Amino acid sequence: MRYIDLGLSDYKEAYKTQCEVRSKVAEGACENTLIITEHKSVITIGRIGSEKNIFKTEGIEVLNVDRGGDVTYHGPGQLVAYPIFKLENEARDIHGFLRFLEEVGISFLSKYGVRAETRPGMRGVWVRDSKIASIGIGVKKWVTYHGMAININTDLKPFSFIKPCGIDGVKVTSLENLLKERLDIEDAKRKIRESFEEVPLLAEAVCKR
Amino acid sequence: MAELKLPELAEGINEAVVSFWHFKEGDNIKEGDEIVEMATDKAAFNVPCKISGVLKKIAAHEGDTVKVGQTLAIIE
Repeated sequence: MRYIDLGLSDYKEAYKTQCEVRSKVAEGACENTLIITEHKSVITIGRIGSEKNIFKTEGIEVLNVDRGGDVTYHGPGQLVAYPIFKLENEARDIHGFLRFLEEVGISFLSKYGVRAETRPGMRGVWVRDSKIASIGIGVKKWVTYHGMAININTDLKPFSFIKPCGIDGVKVTSLENLLKERLDIEDAKRKIRESFEEVPLLAEAVCKR
Repeated sequence: MAELKLPELAEGINEAVVSFWHFKEGDNIKEGDEIVEMATDKAAFNVPCKISGVLKKIAAHEGDTVKVGQTLAIIE
């Protein structure tokens, strides 16, 4: 697995990088790649989303993007992981891949001693009644893009400007909020990379990682 | 003439929404071209065409919900 750290990035710039890498992975010109970044503040609307789920922006840029799902917020302190992975053979299961991402999120949080879980009928990773990681992907030529956003030290206030995922009453949390301390984002990057390497893409699938 | 249908996506997923068509009626399509983007609650994905031909008719329009096996388009 190749690894690219974009640091603090502009959403559109990072999107461009995702598309370039996705084309290369689709052509077989490079191996599966994990792109890691923190975004400058932005609100994005997925393909199933609606502007009605944004109450106010306070100057934050709003973008329509080609992933599944509804509205979400990205900003500094949030770890964003874009796995650009070619799905082959039995791994050509889009919702299987979403489950994989949730498992990666759970594995990552367990490294901090936080017990997280999935919720039936609701995507993402949850700690008790609060959502800590959001998931939304795109797939082109069986190569995945977009991915997962995990709140580490994220300022959670902008989540109150939107209806996250378009679902009523969703509470959003962060690791900082749960552990009552600010965390080292570089250490978090190492841990998420480890989790992507540790969790099997599909337990029984014959596929390249 | 062939019907392009919404393929089986994953276990338990029965339907998806048409996001947009990359082609319009009358366009020439090559085998392997991704002709329509579909979306579910968490994934957006593109459906490739298995044959070459002319996109004769779009049977499901942007915003429509389509069930697995339902016809998306007719290719001639």
